[in-house]
Amino acid sequence: MIIKGKVWKYGDNVNTDVIFPGKYTYTITEPEEMAKHALEDLDSNFTKEVKKGDVIVAGRNFGCGSSREQAATCLKYAGVGAIVAKSFARIFFRNSINQGLLVIQCKEAVENISSDEIITIDFEKGKLSCKKGIFNFPPLSESVLGILNDGGLIPHTRRILGIK
Amino acid sequence: MGKTFAEKILALKSGKESISIGEIVTVSPDAVMSHDNAAAISKKFKQIGVNKVIHPERIVIPLDHCVPAATEKYALNHKVIREFVQEQGIKNFYDINTGVCHQVLPEKGHTLPGTLVLGSDSHTTTYGAFGAFAAGIGRSEVASIWATGKIWLKVPETIKINIEGEIPKGVYPKDIILYIIGDLGADGALYKAVEFSGKVVRDMSVGGRMTLCNMAAEMGAKIGYVEPDEKSIQWLASRTEKEYKIVKSDADAEFERIIDYDISGLEPQIACPHTVDNVKPVSDVMGTKINQALIGTCTNGRIEDLKIASDILQGKKISRNVRLLVFPASMEVFAEAMEKGIFQELVKSGAVIMNPGCGPCLGAHEGVLAPGEVCLSTANRNFKGRMGCKEAKVYLASPATVAASSLYGEITDVRRCLK
Ligand code: SF4
Repeated sequence: MIIKGKVWKYGDNVNTDVIFPGKYTYTITEPEEMAKHALEDLDSNFTKEVKKGDVIVAGRNFGCGSSREQAATCLKYAGVGAIVAKSFARIFFRNSINQGLLVIQCKEAVENISSDEIITIDFEKGKLSCKKGIFNFPPLSESVLGILNDGGLIPHTRRILGIK
Repeated sequence: MGKTFAEKILALKSGKESISIGEIVTVSPDAVMSHDNAAAISKKFKQIGVNKVIHPERIVIPLDHCVPAATEKYALNHKVIREFVQEQGIKNFYDINTGVCHQVLPEKGHTLPGTLVLGSDSHTTTYGAFGAFAAGIGRSEVASIWATGKIWLKVPETIKINIEGEIPKGVYPKDIILYIIGDLGADGALYKAVEFSGKVVRDMSVGGRMTLCNMAAEMGAKIGYVEPDEKSIQWLASRTEKEYKIVKSDADAEFERIIDYDISGLEPQIACPHTVDNVKPVSDVMGTKINQALIGTCTNGRIEDLKIASDILQGKKISRNVRLLVFPASMEVFAEAMEKGIFQELVKSGAVIMNPGCGPCLGAHEGVLAPGEVCLSTANRNFKGRMGCKEAKVYLASPATVAASSLYGEITDVRRCLK
């Protein structure tokens, strides 16, 4: 999987409430509708300008806070191709995989990428290229990759249960 | 070399002799919790294409996040859940007259020592106060467990936090955990199991231990854990007939880190906007004007929390500039607070007593904030927009500090109200 897109750069501890506000968690149910509120309380330009394949680059503990899966869903449906962060909050990390959204942990790359530049990520090879160079990131474990390759946990579960 | 609680229980639940840190294991949880989000989960479950859940008796669903329903959408959401539990024969369903999930599950005996409990809520960590391995997961994962009974988990390293010393006047479990989160940071225990121990934890009430484990989520922890003892066993005794086996860390277990705190000199703590780890001693923020005060939520809505507040407010009136909202964490707490006359005192002081539930904690209803307003709350989160308005500010504190502050209309050092 090759992702090429513009960088949206943010800081540490971007939490799920600013990614997808709690007040919408039970009122908005369709992913396309969720996408319209992605990062609403952090960056009001995001939904106006984000293009398919764009990449979010952030600091430590991205996605901390609530377990709400919509935080991953809204970013995916907003077109985000991958998120690169120094580290991820654990439930957000799981939710992203389960939604088929690529998450890459690479501290070095984050430190070298600037906002608005175009970067390329080769997920299988574990390589990220940006203006300042090429950075390697470790592959995900096999069981996790299996979920991603099936397109998320729901299709993955269908496959395990042999449901066509 | 001995094993930690986390390693032992995940070995047990995955049916393996021994497992190692970092290993990914497939486990079968004893209980899986979801709340108002069960409607969305049921939709995902149907997408899988299975007709019946595999273990209806392991599914627990309390309604709490927006109860009673505030709008037609919420009402429909609840209706979908009521129909689903009927159709699937799910007995452990608790309707809007029960309470907040993290109070209800322990009260109804679903969080026993040595069990594995997963829930589609980040504060599922609360149940570690009873010696359960309890972690938050996502909605799709709950749907998948409903269908297969299984899920993958990574075996975490464990940080041991020893809390020693004498609790000073005006300091409560909430102040202690806020201080620790401020010290370690919002990602200070990312992916890790956190075991709380030491004299202060041993002496602490079960409710206080629940507050610690509840907020372990705010430093990124996968689980919180307190070794079961007489107190927690006693607490559970009237709530379950099920047998259970206590699992605890070996004396020679290997911890990733052991952190020691002596809290003898601690003063009341406040988490300032907009992150939970932005913690300051009360003396730094004293005098900050507040518009709303909230006592309740899964963090601090228990009987002892309401009692502390009513003791402080007894015979006094809250400031005219403050709305004080009280949300008991469950109907059991509600009933006990009535019996003990706690509500009478609170109402006389000017508090508004609400029904058990999450209330405005997540910004859905029942007391959301207006732009420019400030709320001092006993909840566990103060993120921007958390209480429904991104131009409002939320500070977090103990029930005692919130009660004292509502008297003065500003953040107050509770010690000035204690004899
Ligand atoms: S009280 Fe607040 S933190 Fe607790 S479960 Fe409800 S919304 Fe979540």
